[in-house]
Amino acid sequence: MGDPNETTQNRSFEIETAISKMLRVGVMLAAAVIVIGLIQFLITGDSGYPGDTYPTNFGAIMSGLLALKSVAIIQTGLLLLILTPVFRVFISLFLFWAEKDYRYVVITAIVLIILILSFVLGKAG
Amino acid sequence: MTTTVIEIFMIAILAGVVGSILGLGGGIIVTPALTLLFGVDINHAIGASIISVIATSSGSAVAYIRDRITNLRVGMFLEIATTVGAITGAFIGAWIAPQFLYFIFALLLLYSAYAMIKKSKQEVPENVPLHPVAQKLGLQGEYYDKALGKTVAYNVDRVYEGFGVMYGAGVISGLLGIGSGSFKVMAMDVFMKMPLKVSSATSNFMMGVTAAASAGIYLLRGDIIPVISAPVALGVLIGATVGSRLMQRMKSKTIRKLFIPVMVYVAFQMIYQGWRG
Repeated sequence: MGDPNETTQNRSFEIETAISKMLRVGVMLAAAVIVIGLIQFLITGDSGYPGDTYPTNFGAIMSGLLALKSVAIIQTGLLLLILTPVFRVFISLFLFWAEKDYRYVVITAIVLIILILSFVLGKAG
Repeated sequence: MTTTVIEIFMIAILAGVVGSILGLGGGIIVTPALTLLFGVDINHAIGASIISVIATSSGSAVAYIRDRITNLRVGMFLEIATTVGAITGAFIGAWIAPQFLYFIFALLLLYSAYAMIKKSKQEVPENVPLHPVAQKLGLQGEYYDKALGKTVAYNVDRVYEGFGVMYGAGVISGLLGIGSGSFKVMAMDVFMKMPLKVSSATSNFMMGVTAAASAGIYLLRGDIIPVISAPVALGVLIGATVGSRLMQRMKSKTIRKLFIPVMVYVAFQMIYQGWRG
């Protein structure tokens, strides 16, 4: 086994590197999509929706995205950005599992369940 | 329209730099800037600031986690308190008048500023006992301080109090859309006696999750205006990337000194706005 502290340190470092990389990918993807939507909106001046309105539910945003409406593209990017912390929690769950740190698997699972609950509650309200 | 978008983008860069250094999420600049300079109503400004908070959090976490400033365990553990708080806050928000929100926000900021002044001479915490719960959860840690040029090891104290303040921070976040970072930093810095840089980085890290918990609700309510939130997101991401590198080279005392005037300034701006109605 060797020094248990050293093992923990090394594994912990791997977790941090993995989460950092994952966040970078998520953030850059979200930014790229927002940039495309925003540039399209500023150049064409067309949001794809009447007046100052915009879709406020997931289905409408997705159908707007498929129709390449600029505002829906921006919203897709914003959704990706909103999801980066959620993905981060999700990935942490597996990383703590791989590290056999079950106490933190439970803690992370609780946070994830609360997050999912908040999205469901949002839909209900 | 293009000019407005560019102006919001520039302010968002500043918000990202300040937010990532101080652990305040950037909502502290975005919310008043949008309401006071661009006449955006408070609910839509809060929607945009939630986006700003998530952008600051994820943008700065890339560097803070890679350089091991963030304490992942403390962050994950305390997120239980902040996410439950955020849900509570988002639902209370629909029944409370905006003027009232301004005043709560202002008072809370003034209190945080006062708590910071009391600690202004300290660089890194010393002789902190390790709380039994902290030991059980392995919350203690260490980080390499680039300003001091050495590794700083630290303990974590008063876990219950910190957890309680974090729940409050979550409620505020859900209510006002700010990451209530000042409260998160306060919970870790003042109550749990962690180093300021670790508190700030961990606060930023956690804030994204808290904000994501309310973001869904705001999005479905139509409070996140795409054309305003887009430049906010982009500017803040750039600012946070720069800020998270700058912060590591700054002295904790300097960071602490930056906190106080920013908080007092915004507090009085908010009182004024709430007064005017």
